[in-house]
Amino acid sequence: MAIAAPASTRSRVLDSERARHVGQRVGLFLAVLVFLWGFWEGFRWLAESVELRIGQFEANDRTMPHIHDIVGQLFEPSRRNGPLLIDVLWDATLFTAKEAATGFVLGALIGFALGAVLAHSGLLQRGLVPYIVASQTIPILAVAPMVVVWVNPRLPDGLKDWGAVAVIAAYLTFFPVAINTLRGLTSVDPQALELMRSYAASRWRVLWKLRVPAALPFIFAALKIAAPASVVGAIIGELPASIQDGLGGAILNFNQYYVTSPTSLWATNLIAALLGITFFLVVLAAERLVVHRAPEHVA
Amino acid sequence: MSAADTSAVVSLRGVSKSFAGGGVTALSSIDLDVRPGEFVSLIGPSGCGKSTLLRIVGDLVEPSSGEVVVNGKSARQARLDRDYGIVFQDAVLYDWRTVAKNIALPLELAGWSGARRAERVRDMVELVELKGFEGHHPWQLSGGMQQRVSIARALSFDPALLLMDEPFGALDEMTRERLNGELLRIWEASGSTIVFVTHSISEAVFLSTRVVVMSRRPGRIAAVVDVDLQHPRNADTREEPRFFELVTAVRDRLREGGLDEDSTAPGEGELLVVEETP
Repeated sequence: MAIAAPASTRSRVLDSERARHVGQRVGLFLAVLVFLWGFWEGFRWLAESVELRIGQFEANDRTMPHIHDIVGQLFEPSRRNGPLLIDVLWDATLFTAKEAATGFVLGALIGFALGAVLAHSGLLQRGLVPYIVASQTIPILAVAPMVVVWVNPRLPDGLKDWGAVAVIAAYLTFFPVAINTLRGLTSVDPQALELMRSYAASRWRVLWKLRVPAALPFIFAALKIAAPASVVGAIIGELPASIQDGLGGAILNFNQYYVTSPTSLWATNLIAALLGITFFLVVLAAERLVVHRAPEHVA
Repeated sequence: MSAADTSAVVSLRGVSKSFAGGGVTALSSIDLDVRPGEFVSLIGPSGCGKSTLLRIVGDLVEPSSGEVVVNGKSARQARLDRDYGIVFQDAVLYDWRTVAKNIALPLELAGWSGARRAERVRDMVELVELKGFEGHHPWQLSGGMQQRVSIARALSFDPALLLMDEPFGALDEMTRERLNGELLRIWEASGSTIVFVTHSISEAVFLSTRVVVMSRRPGRIAAVVDVDLQHPRNADTREEPRFFELVTAVRDRLREGGLDEDSTAPGEGELLVVEETP
């Protein structure tokens, strides 16, 4: 057709649109970052100049180190004649990421299986869901030592110690996944189910051809909550497991030296936050690849 | 009451349905035979149970009593043998599947090989004139195109019977009339038998070989109108005097069926049929 633009022009237009979209996102991200930085430094400057005191709190290098000092601390030796802090934290991050990723996968699988079983039995749903909810009202700090005591002796050598931490991370992961999987699998359009019935499809086929694909936006919404939570679970789990090699160990360590070097703890927290964000972004990327839904249906 | 006719595609004898709890009788002793190659429309006021009747034929709803024979066997066996395709008022396409994969869904469930599926999907896409849209997702299509995908999916595995539950009810008048024409062309090409539920008198007359007029709750067959319009039918058919006569005949039967029940079902405020006079 004469009026339709040739395909190559159309795709070039799309490309430039996409580039502008990406540019906007990056610009927004940087703007928020600059705003947060300005807020932190601005608050500190103001609080110092008017000598603001809120109870025990007083803005100074110990309570609110400068951002550039926190980032700069990463490139200082972690101890006298030791390796740079960032090298130490990099190793710790990899270690914690291993625990968190294992726990996340384990928890997601358990959560999905639990949701799928519950979706097929109203009786089990009524019987079990209250206890699943109750399991999350117990503070993770109270559960973690028991998990370490129970799980550790049963683990093979390669998994010793950190395996128990992965189980603790899984404990935080499985809950949102189970609840959302159940919700997603049971909120299928009744006509879509009738259609499957008209094809004489088995329960198993209905699950994989209809219920699971329809539930994916729900499941991914849960995974996006669970991914950063699994990092938190791993960090907290390292404490009762007495693991020194991860971010939890680093946080505990730098906590003891906070008075002399507050920036080390702040820098470690910064890295821990970045790990959580990374986990979130990985799930987001997976969702983009897997979920093909109308834009208004994507959670 | 005679026995069900096993040579018919659909044979109903004394089919009744009341819904548990409320004691509402939706259908009352329905007798109906649909012969091979027929296009039968069920028409009636809202709540007359015509959709329920269609679902009983498809074994999606159990009748309370009566005998249902589809393709010479029980409705349940016919469903298990995949003897019918069904089209709902909503297209009920799976959002995460492309047009081609939506059409292929029943073929996947029936265990067709990938090559056979691809070939059949190509034929069906051609039949419903959606060439070039195979890779689109449902939300990228108009309502009329979605419904055409739904029809292609229902016909993809060559069922003997096509059940259609107000398939064009959610579409605008122009799209509806165009799809009416296309459906007739598909019906003539495929030689399948169609049972079609509708609210629209003109649609029922234009499409059908027989129009079954149902009365309001409890749903009963009030009359059967044979449609003797020439085939193939097209836009001109809607201008023929005989077309108007048949529309009037169906409307009169509907009115009688509705008035019958007014005294026993008061205060429901249901419109009989909303249809402008041509």
